[in-house]
Amino acid sequence: MLGRVPVLVGLAAVIAVLPLVLTNNFLLNVAIIAGFNAVVCVGLNLLIGYAGQISLGHAAFFGLGAYVSAVLVGTHGWPPLPALLAGAAFVGVLAFAVAKPILRLKGHYLAMATLGIGIIISIVLRTETDITGGPDGMVVVPFEVFGIEVAGESMWYWVVGALLLLAVWLSLNLIESPAGRAMRALHGSEVAAETLGVDTTGYKVMVFVLSAVLASVMGSLFAHYLGFITPSAGDFFKSIELVTMVVFGGMASTLGAVVGAVILTVLPQFLTAFQDYQHMVLGAILMFTMVFMPRGLLPTLEGLITARRRA
Amino acid sequence: MSTAARARAAMTEPDAASPVPPAAAHAGPPILAVEALSKEFGGVHAIEDLSFTVSRGRIHSIIGPNGAGKTTLFNLVTGVYTPSAGRVLFDGQPVSGLAPYKLAARGMSRTFQNLQIFFNMSAIENVMVGRHLHLDRRLLPALFRFPSLVRKDREAKERAAELMREVGLGRYIDAESAAMPYGALKRLEIARALAAEPVLLLLDEPAAGLNATESREIDELIKLVAGRGVTIILVEHDMKMVMGISDHILALNYGRKLAEGTPAEVAANPDVVAAYLGTLD
Repeated sequence: MLGRVPVLVGLAAVIAVLPLVLTNNFLLNVAIIAGFNAVVCVGLNLLIGYAGQISLGHAAFFGLGAYVSAVLVGTHGWPPLPALLAGAAFVGVLAFAVAKPILRLKGHYLAMATLGIGIIISIVLRTETDITGGPDGMVVVPFEVFGIEVAGESMWYWVVGALLLLAVWLSLNLIESPAGRAMRALHGSEVAAETLGVDTTGYKVMVFVLSAVLASVMGSLFAHYLGFITPSAGDFFKSIELVTMVVFGGMASTLGAVVGAVILTVLPQFLTAFQDYQHMVLGAILMFTMVFMPRGLLPTLEGLITARRRA
Repeated sequence: MSTAARARAAMTEPDAASPVPPAAAHAGPPILAVEALSKEFGGVHAIEDLSFTVSRGRIHSIIGPNGAGKTTLFNLVTGVYTPSAGRVLFDGQPVSGLAPYKLAARGMSRTFQNLQIFFNMSAIENVMVGRHLHLDRRLLPALFRFPSLVRKDREAKERAAELMREVGLGRYIDAESAAMPYGALKRLEIARALAAEPVLLLLDEPAAGLNATESREIDELIKLVAGRGVTIILVEHDMKMVMGISDHILALNYGRKLAEGTPAEVAANPDVVAAYLGTLD
């Protein structure tokens, strides 16, 4: 497995060099959206890949963050940064409140419960027309902090690139700490982790809230970046897309989550002929991954390379 | 020779080799007291009205035929199950109903009959999870890699490697747990439990599935740990091991106490022999 430093340096180098190839705004736009997805997937991978808890409603937290920002900034005239923080706090409290009862569930039951929560939130976003503008969505003003407006594809690219690097750094730090080992241990054996002093419920709640807050922050920024937001940013298909990215890239591999998010964001852009079948293609990729490389793309490749080196 | 007599002979035989110097017994209440404990699963009494005490710094064994309730008793003592009636006192404090992780914080540690290894982690990381209670467990210092956390983590890793060498896993320090053989995983669980620095260690069939040589090595390991003042409760089917190393034995059958006493006393008890082999008539 790759160490922390090579992953960070490699990723930083790719982010730094990529604009040389991304010569127009369309390409930059794809890269930025890939970056947004990658950050959310890094958080979701902590929950799914490392702690072994499934969430099929994660896009709802992304959508909620986006809408809290849109409503507070657009309707109530808040500055964007406090609105983003308020969104993160709101999502954090909500995730904490739902985590305790639902994380007692396991396997299919947890999947169903998170799916239910995701659907409820997405219905609220779609139907509370007075607040959210309903299916038509809302216009969101550009992000501005300390008098600096984040505008233009190029500037957003660097902001999202820096955030991705930060998220990967935080994730790598966490998994190699006592808290991170505790959360991986409860994935391996909950009863053994408990008898070694790991508060398994506490750590499950912690990682659930952490990944939800990260999704919310990225949702807020996404709303400002796009300039408008619709309920589809937080719907069921978006949740499945995020899970597919994590599973495809490689569960319990931080870099894998990034790679999965990037490939599955970029791919549809170059397969425009399949646009009508996008969800079918997504489903096919998920099936293919589960059958032929259940550990995901990156861990499978790493395994092949190690095997070849030994041979 | 009758079947029962042969069994008795087999059980008594290793007794001669038994004298293990009892580790320094501390004053104070018994480390563990079980009072009128019962556990029912849908009408089946897995443990029924069981009382016994465990004094400090000794090797205590629990024996009994399959289904006697030994593992259930372990799960009740370590908080994995909540008793239907009765209570468990650990170090003089009632602990029934406390979550296992809280019991661990008070100094109780255990291994499992069917392995509970963290197969998604490396061997040494498994042992490092055992250090959990002695490390900085908070989220923020972990996310931002506080220097104090990193330093303690490095120490924990060294301590884990040391423990692995002590239990005879020196060559597996860099191994993935999923690639280790069964016998080594049994030891890995012991190293992991010891990493928590328990005052009471419960071993659930540590020799099950091991060959004679491996069993003897586990035997030595248990004596070594007990010699350091850790109280040990052992569930084991290997009678040779049990008779050889125990200071005290509790025999269970159908969730009830059958006999209690020194290895010689228990081995000579006709009820125990009958429970294992059935009566002749």
